[in-house]
This record gives sequence, structure tokens and C-alpha cells, in this order.
Amino acid sequence: MSYLKETFLGIFNNLLYLTKMSKITKRYIFVIAILLALFSVYNYFIYTSEAYTATAALSPQAVKGQELWQENNCWSCHQLYGLGGYLGPDLTNVYSHPDKGPVYINAFLNSGVKSMPKFQFSENEKAAIIEYLRMVDETGYYPNFDASIENSGWVTLKYKNGR
Amino acid sequence: MADKRSLYFLIFALSALLAGIIFGLTASLQYVYPELLKEYTPFTKLRPFHVTSVISWIVLAATGSIYFFLTQVENLKLFTPRLLGVHFFLFLLTGIGIYISYALGYMEGREYFAFAPVFVIPVLIGWVLFGINYFGTLRKKVRNWPVYYWMWGTGIVFMVYHISEAHLWLFDYFKIHFVKDMSVQWKSYGSFTGSWNMLVYGISIFVMSKIKKDSQLATSKIAFFFYFLGLTNLMFGWAHHTYFLPTQPWIRYVAYAVSMTEWVVLGSIIYNWRRSLPKVDRMNHPMATRFMMSADIWIFLNLILALLFSIPAINFFTHGTHVTVAHSMGTTIGINTTILLSALMFIIGKANAAFTTQQWLIKRGLQLFNVSLFLFWCALLMAGIKKSYWMYGIRQGIFSEMQDGLTMVYGAISFFGLILVISLCMIVIPLCKGFVQTVRLGRT
Ligand code: HEC
Repeated sequence: MSYLKETFLGIFNNLLYLTKMSKITKRYIFVIAILLALFSVYNYFIYTSEAYTATAALSPQAVKGQELWQENNCWSCHQLYGLGGYLGPDLTNVYSHPDKGPVYINAFLNSGVKSMPKFQFSENEKAAIIEYLRMVDETGYYPNFDASIENSGWVTLKYKNGR
Repeated sequence: MADKRSLYFLIFALSALLAGIIFGLTASLQYVYPELLKEYTPFTKLRPFHVTSVISWIVLAATGSIYFFLTQVENLKLFTPRLLGVHFFLFLLTGIGIYISYALGYMEGREYFAFAPVFVIPVLIGWVLFGINYFGTLRKKVRNWPVYYWMWGTGIVFMVYHISEAHLWLFDYFKIHFVKDMSVQWKSYGSFTGSWNMLVYGISIFVMSKIKKDSQLATSKIAFFFYFLGLTNLMFGWAHHTYFLPTQPWIRYVAYAVSMTEWVVLGSIIYNWRRSLPKVDRMNHPMATRFMMSADIWIFLNLILALLFSIPAINFFTHGTHVTVAHSMGTTIGINTTILLSALMFIIGKANAAFTTQQWLIKRGLQLFNVSLFLFWCALLMAGIKKSYWMYGIRQGIFSEMQDGLTMVYGAISFFGLILVISLCMIVIPLCKGFVQTVRLGRT
């Protein structure tokens, strides 16, 4: 208990102390305060903004697939949008790939090909993972082969869903 | 006595480093022999073991160094010495808990924090305790803080924020929106790295200003200018991870603009090099200085790499390839680890006069370290370039053919990785022994 009291007193004293700081210290705190204000606004927009293209929220089945993806560490070997491990291929668009798609994925999951572990998913679980990959696929392209690279160093992406 | 407890953190950190590099080396073999080891040492476990251990090395070594500097170098009285002990045991127990849970296969988290989310609670509590002790200690006692005090304070506060942010996926509001979820996840990782860099770069300024006995290094306007630049990048410069996610384009514009400010850092490094280098052997802490000078080279190389791939047009080709890995290995090993080892050399020089940092093993270890890390780094770049060619030159080629084509390069990566592990052992084992001895001597 005395710990808690000490801590609270400490925080209070700190605030009091702010008023007695030197000029230069106050100036630094001012700069940090501005940065923090900008950071708050920025975070607000990031946390509340949706994807640039119209994408559906994950369905309950896809959420289950996402959880299986996460708990089985698929991310340690596979990437989505190029993010993840490099031992296996990127799976962003495996669902809509002309030679792959749901049946192919279904066959792959419990096969244990190459370094991929031999999973023992039930049919339901496989369906959930496939649904997740389907919804990920809908959000866009990776690699974004049709993006255009501009002289400014900027890259304009090609989007799915009309943009 | 609170004194020795900062050394416990360092011993703990060095052990995590040793474990972490062995896990990393074992994991890398899986790239060379995909099927050979998969039954016994599953990659899905090795990777979390590796990542958690090496990140722990960085943050624990930074934490221990900061406690040591405050209490033993600046001779400040800790706000509550007992909190230091609580902090240490909390992290120790959490670390053991995470290891056990990994071994049992509980890895419900994500990339950087693969452990079950409950473990984040003691981790956050530990950082908050550190923060209370830190600010409580410096409050009132120090006027006109040198820049490293600002940096450490910033690092601690942002650690708490970004570790929490990395767990926002626990809320459906984030989780069910794939694009938002991914961008918040990678935002938090970028800034989490930025937060530990605040701790580590602060340590490097502290050590250099003590070795050179030049307080200007930490109080000048330039020092503060770079601190604010670093803070701006920590906050807004993370989005090069997510240039290709269909996020709102303004997020990427901001990131592109902010990250280009780092050219100033590059300029200043080159400018400063034109001034003469210090005469190492005549310095108080020659070994610490040597490690710091290696870090300089690694900062230079990795900054160029980072600046280049912060340009979206270049990132387009390097993203999702081992170029990214080269950068993360170059920064965490080349920069963070060398700076922290430098700090540890400095600390052991102060804490244990009997320990010779200039010993053969450590000197040769550092040379071997630099050479092997450079080759390791180049091999990763090479793998990245080849993969990029496969992605954009060949397009839609067969993945396993690309991987098979890279076998030689992966072999090189593992081989240089092995030499790197050996060189680190040459440095870390004597150092760790030295610290254990120091703690024992202090007891009697
Ligand atoms: C230890 C690494 C590893 C883990 C973990 C892993 N995979 Fe794989 N996976 C691979 C490799 C390697 C391949 C490519 C095999 C080949 O084609 O040579 C692959 C291929 C695939 C493919 C076929 C992709 C294509 O384009 O041909 C799918 C789908 C897939 N994995 C899904 C998953 C899912 C879902 C999980 C998690 C439940 C998972 N993988 C976990 C390594 C892994």
C-alpha cells in the first residue's frame, strides 16, 4: 500500500515540478507536446479509417480461419501482402490464382509438402481457412503487377473493387 | 543493495542472446534442407523462440544498462530500489513462462509477439514499473536533462504504447477489418522497433559522451535536433511495411515524406567522418570504443538501404524479399547489438577492474563478427535480389523452383550465420562469465 501512495505522490510531484523547469526544458516539452498532438490525430485517423477499396468485414467463418492462421503460425512461413516469413509462398491471391483456388488449397493443407507441417485440420477448419483466404484475396493484389511507377518515386497501386 | 541487480538484467540478456542466435541458426538450416529437420525442430516453433529471445536480448540489455548508468555512473539514488527487483523477477518469470508455453505449442500471438496474449500483461506491468522508477529517479535531481535522458524516457513510454497497440487485434473492431488490422499490426511493429532504438541510441550517446568526457555530445542543439527527428520517424515513418496494402493513400504519402527526412542523418554521418577518428588505444575504454566504431559502419550501410527502400518505387521490388531481412539483421545485429555490447564493455570496465576487455578472444571475436556479418548481410541481399527477379522478372513462376534455385545462397547464409554465432560466442561467453564473477565478488 505504501508503494501505491508513494507512486501517486510521485506522479503528483512530477506535475508540480513541470512549473519549475528551466526555459530550455520547457521548450523541449513544447516540441514534444506538438508532436504528441499530431500523433494523436494521426492515430485517430488510422484506427478509424477503412481500407481504400470497398471490402467486406470478415465473416464469422473467416474470423475462425484467421484464428487458425494465427495459432498455427502460418505467418511464420507464408506472407500476405508480402508480410510474413519467406519459407513458403505469398498467399494473398492464391484463392483467385487461375491454376490454384479452393480445391487446390484444400488439398494442400493436410499434405505436408516440403517444409510445410503436416496439419490435421478437419473439413470445417479447412473450409474456414479457405474462406479467410478468399476474403483476403478480395481486398486487392499482391504482387501488384499492374501498379504504375512514377518519376517521383511514387507507386500508384491497382485496386480491386472498382478503384 | 540495488547495484548488482542491474547486472542481473545483463546476465539475463546475454543468455537470451546466446539462446536466440542458436535458435536462429537452427531455423536457417530449414531453408537449406526443407524436409530434413521439420519433424524434430519445427520451424513454426523455432521462429517464435528466435524472435522472442533476440528481442529480449535488446530490451533487457538496454534496461540493465540504463539502471546501471543511473545508479553506478551517475550515482543517483533510485526512486524505489525494490521496484528494480520486482521488475527483474517479473521479466524473468514471464520469460520462463513464454519459453515453456512455446515448447508446449501455445503460440496464439503474431509475428513479434507470438506468445499467448496473457503474457503481455506482465510485460506491460514491467515497463510501467520501469517508467515509474525512471522518472521518479530523475525528477528534481537532474536539471536540464541531456538528450539521453529524454531518449530513454521516450523509449519507455512508447514501448508501453506500441506493445499495447500490437495487441489491438484482440478487439473485433480491428480484427474483422483485414486491411486495417494488418496496417495497425505493422504500424505497431515499426514503432516498437523505433522505441527500442530510442533506448539503444540513447545508450550510445551516453557511453560516447562518458568515454570522450564530452558532455556537449548530449546537450548540444544538434543532439536534440536528431532526437526530435528520430521521434518524428518513430511516430510517422513506419508505413514502408505497408506500401502495398490497399490502405488510404495519405498514410503512405506521410510515410514517404517523413522517411525521406532521414537523408539528413546520412549527411551528418558523412560530414562527421571527415573529422579525425579517435585514437582507440589511448582511450579509457578501448574495447567499448571499438564496438561503437563498428556500429557506425553498420549505421551507415543500413541507413542507405533503409533510405532506398523507403522510396515506394524501390520498395516495390524489395518488399517481401530477403532485402528486408538483410535490413532487419543489419540493424538488430550490426547496430543494436554492437552498441549494446559496447555499453556492456563499458559497464564491466567500471564494475570489475580485474576483467580485461582487451583480451584476445574478444578482440578477434569482434573482427570475425564484422566480417561474417558483412558476408551474411550480402548473402541476404543476394537472395532478396534473386527473389525479386523471380517475382517481377519471371512472374508467376513456380515457388519451389525459385527456392531450389536459391539453395546455394541459403547455404551461404547459414554458413556465415554459423561463423557469426561463433564470433558472438567468443565475445559473449567471456563477457557473461565476467558479469557472473562480478556479481559473486560483490556478494562476499
Ligand atoms: C514451416 C513452413 C510452413 C508453414 C508453417 C505453413 N506452410 Fe504452407 N507452405 C509451405 C511451403 C514451403 C509451401 C510450398 C510448397 C511447394 O510448393 O514447394 C507451402 C504451400 C502452401 C500452399 C499452396 C500455395 C501455392 O501457391 O502453391 C497453401 C495454400 C498453404 N501452404 C497454406 C498454409 C496454411 C493455411 C498454413 C497454416 C495452417 C501453412 N501453409 C503453414 C510452408 C509452410
